[in-house]
Amino acid sequence: MDFELTEDQQALQEGMRNFCTGRFPMNVVRGLADVGGIDRDRWRELADMGTFALALPEAEGGAGLGVADAVLVFEELGRALVPGPVVWTHLSSGFVAGAATGDVVVGGMERTDPSQVVEFVDRLDLVLVLDDEGAWTVPATELLQGASPLTPLDPLTPVARLDVEVPQGNRVLDGEGAARLRLLGAALVAAQLLGIAEATIDLAVAYAKQRVQFDRPIGSFQALKHLMADMVARTEVARGAVYAAGVTLDDPAVGDAERAVAAAKLTAGEAALANAKTCIQVHGGMGYTWEVDAHLYFKRAYALEPCFGSRDAWAERMAELLDASV
Amino acid sequence: MDLRYSESEQQFRKELREWLAETLPTLPPKPDPDDWPARRDYDTGWQRRLFDAGYAGINWPREFGGRGATLTEQLIFLEETTRAGAPYVGVNFVGLLHAGPTLMAEATDEQKATHLPRILRGEEVWCQGFSEPGAGSDLASLSCKAVRDGDEYVISGQKIWTSFAQVADYCELLVRTDPYAPKHKGITWLIFPMNTPGVEIRPLRTIVGSSEFSEVFFDEARVPVSNRVGAENEGWRIAMVTFSFERGTAFISDLVETDKMIGELVALARKVTRRSATAWDDVALRREVGHLQAEMDALWAMTKRNLAQAERNGVPGVGGSVVKLYYSELLQRLTDVAMRVLDRAGLAREDVGDLPSGAFVEERLRSTSFTIAAGTSQIQRNIIAERILGLPKDR
Repeated sequence: MDFELTEDQQALQEGMRNFCTGRFPMNVVRGLADVGGIDRDRWRELADMGTFALALPEAEGGAGLGVADAVLVFEELGRALVPGPVVWTHLSSGFVAGAATGDVVVGGMERTDPSQVVEFVDRLDLVLVLDDEGAWTVPATELLQGASPLTPLDPLTPVARLDVEVPQGNRVLDGEGAARLRLLGAALVAAQLLGIAEATIDLAVAYAKQRVQFDRPIGSFQALKHLMADMVARTEVARGAVYAAGVTLDDPAVGDAERAVAAAKLTAGEAALANAKTCIQVHGGMGYTWEVDAHLYFKRAYALEPCFGSRDAWAERMAELLDASV
Repeated sequence: MDLRYSESEQQFRKELREWLAETLPTLPPKPDPDDWPARRDYDTGWQRRLFDAGYAGINWPREFGGRGATLTEQLIFLEETTRAGAPYVGVNFVGLLHAGPTLMAEATDEQKATHLPRILRGEEVWCQGFSEPGAGSDLASLSCKAVRDGDEYVISGQKIWTSFAQVADYCELLVRTDPYAPKHKGITWLIFPMNTPGVEIRPLRTIVGSSEFSEVFFDEARVPVSNRVGAENEGWRIAMVTFSFERGTAFISDLVETDKMIGELVALARKVTRRSATAWDDVALRREVGHLQAEMDALWAMTKRNLAQAERNGVPGVGGSVVKLYYSELLQRLTDVAMRVLDRAGLAREDVGDLPSGAFVEERLRSTSFTIAAGTSQIQRNIIAERILGLPKDR
């Protein structure tokens, strides 16, 4: 057992972080709000980095990597607040032609989602619809006709409500395949949430070191130190769970994948939300402004948290799993 | 990242499991918690069994008679012994986990030869004389003094929170040898025999009602200068060696216990009747327990990361502070949920009817110490803020 990143994994993580810092700095990310969160050229750059093809076999143009590697990549995407349906497109790259190369942008939804809210719909080529029978592809144009745009919570995650029934679409996976996809999706969103939890620590700490009140940096006050120490604790605990979920999805011999995903999604969601909230608090009044980035993390955390199962849903699922084991 | 146990690690687990299954049924009944001589016999007897089976000093290097196990094997050892309900390290705690490792790192060959084999065999019990009434979180401000008189130190002062003092043979004692130096630079580490004249032990009663902690008073108690470990006034650095020795394995037993307790809580909730259903049918409770289990699993995963980092770097990461902070508060939340499930059955310390309530009530009381002992949660947060985040000190 050696539950630490291999050299290759460290290189992957570093490469993705450098890419995001270079190509998705916050001023660029903010600017993407004007194009519905997705700029096709940058989307292809994401594809060139292997974001969508990561898990495909090398013969199919992928890197043949596992979920344990993918969570590291999505952690960086989360940290940089890279918008767009990165998880859905990644999940589809095995069966949707063009997804891996970034030519086809794939979003997704649960068919029976009572909210009928769908993200990025006017920027998508294809929507992957999940239900009990499997996964189905529906051309985005078919949904777009019946979609009314809403004002998004996260300015970088545009949303619309579907006023028509979701078309059946073409089946690409059976029920079992769809169930597996949900677990993978939950692990990758958990990784994005982990990245958000980390980014908010950096933002809060940088501000607390520089902001002076009562003639001292506010970061020297224990009341604030302890808030930020709790950010670290939540993040490191979630990191353990997120990485373990990746490893367990790759290697079922080490544990119950669903339980590992439950722990990851729940703790990462909690870390992202609580940290983003704390980050605003540490910034004081400035944290309440549109100008400071703190709100973008807060809003993205809330936008991602319900994807592939909320904290409550996973807590209930965990109780069911406990039922079977106790 | 790899969570698979190697063949040899699996073999280690298998042999240990077999040995535990064979050995645990042959142990004598657990002694009364207030009968300290009997508790010493029980705990040291267990230590001797571990020694004879080759499991003593699982984390001690081979050159000192330990097993020299890898950190993963230590994890397996602690996991298996805790899950099997084997005796806790008990009165051997300070000797095996604090004083012993300090002696290995800093003592003379003669001091090592005198004490280490006896600690390992369960023949020598140690206690810790660090905290004082005026020196808790600010340990370096301790004032129990030792004055040099020829070949002896003459010790006067008071220690507190000394576990198992009433049955200990030796005390790892921090004393003030230079009252004029800066506080970290006037402390000395002594091997103090507890049968020295001039020592008085007064047990404290904890909120659980137990008596494992004592106050120890020193009234001109004399020990030879040769009992000093390291140089005079070097004691603070030597004490810190102890704190860094455990390399992230320190709280593994507690984590496994807490994990076990979540399962026991589920079993309890199924037995408790609420209106026409059981407590476990209550969605709000299920969610809460599921949530705790998710956090527990995450903490367990984090512990494995800490071990991997310690194994690679040779030193524990600051992850230890995070685990300690998080799990101690998790345990308190868990025991509070248990009290809510127990409802009025929580009014008694014994089991009420057919509910296994007594253990949960005890744990609710006991868990309040977990956010205080070994560095309060507030001190852990300071450590995380200053050492991990680099936030400025406020002093």
